[in-house]
Amino acid sequence: MSKIYVTFSTFFFALILCATAFAVSEQYQGRIYQPGKLKAIDSESVLKVGDKAPDFTLPSLSGGPVSLSSFAGKKNVVISFVPAAWTPVCSEQWPGYNLLRASFEARNTVMLGITVDNIPTLFAWTTDMGGVWFPVLSDFWPHGEVTSKYGVLRSNGVSERALFIIDRKGIIRYIDVHDINERPKMETLMSELEKLNN
Amino acid sequence: MRIKWLTIPATLLFLICVSQCRLPALFAGDTPAEGDMFPELKLPLPQEMHDREYLKVSKDPFLLSKVDSKVLIVEIFSMYCPHCQKEAPNVNALYEAITAKPGLKSRIKMLGIGAGNSSFEVDAFKDHFKIEFPLTTDEALTVCTQLGVTGTPHFFVLWKKPGGWKVVYSKAGTIGDPKAFLELVRARTGMGHGK
Repeated sequence: MSKIYVTFSTFFFALILCATAFAVSEQYQGRIYQPGKLKAIDSESVLKVGDKAPDFTLPSLSGGPVSLSSFAGKKNVVISFVPAAWTPVCSEQWPGYNLLRASFEARNTVMLGITVDNIPTLFAWTTDMGGVWFPVLSDFWPHGEVTSKYGVLRSNGVSERALFIIDRKGIIRYIDVHDINERPKMETLMSELEKLNN
Repeated sequence: MRIKWLTIPATLLFLICVSQCRLPALFAGDTPAEGDMFPELKLPLPQEMHDREYLKVSKDPFLLSKVDSKVLIVEIFSMYCPHCQKEAPNVNALYEAITAKPGLKSRIKMLGIGAGNSSFEVDAFKDHFKIEFPLTTDEALTVCTQLGVTGTPHFFVLWKKPGGWKVVYSKAGTIGDPKAFLELVRARTGMGHGK
């Protein structure tokens, strides 16, 4: 009987834990895939702060290709890799950057958003979130090639949730390969950007 | 034998929870519905002095029961939530409609709680949308868990009663037309026209 009681208690408390999920925007109700808790980081780093950032050219949502080298000597670049469209944390990371566009511009910085999704998927997803001000790039084919060059391709073919800050000389100044289940804090990124100007 | 007698009501409680897909308030996480008494909340004091004066609170953290108002509209939002961003001008219009009427300004107050947001993130939301009513943080999602709120925005309208705040409106999603929403608030809190 006590075995039944223990089983019941375990199941019941598991149910309580399931009920305390992270708040998700009502805008996406029913359209967000819930992957559950994932392994925090599932890749091997290949780059470090101080390295030259690997150049790349990827197709963008706006139509034309975007190359990292096109910003050299002109702007700092923040690359935001997010794992996948239509997933909970990603769907509430990029909309936050919309509110801080002026802060990015004041620091002479552009953001590039990259996922391994294809362009039609990215179009539907970003339209649903109300659009973003920065270029959204697809690393769909060859699958995850750029993501892999940056050492943030997970074993299941999606990217890590990662931020890279690259200065105007093309040097990596900050890397945050974040726990995929959590959203990076905005103040940390802004504080790292501030250091570029000092 | 004693375990057997404890197990039967516990199993019944479990089956009720599963069948209703919700947890009882006893264990928290049950979103307060219309007619419920709102749980006491402990919240970080807003940073700006005029926001503290508006709510008439001074201790950090402050208790929601200490907010000086007949009615309190609480919005659970997130700086990252696109729907909250889209809704912000409507919520500002609601605040303006309330403050435009001298008879309502001191009787209906508003408070935003940033779900999972840091002070920096709440401030970014406040600055971007030029929000004039107080916003505070729920960085660790303690309040959201306590309220069982899993989607943003979520609006509560609370009416002060001798025993605490009574919920007269609780809904996830937008408020719709701000003027119509204000009429709804007034109607449900005995503040109809002429009152």
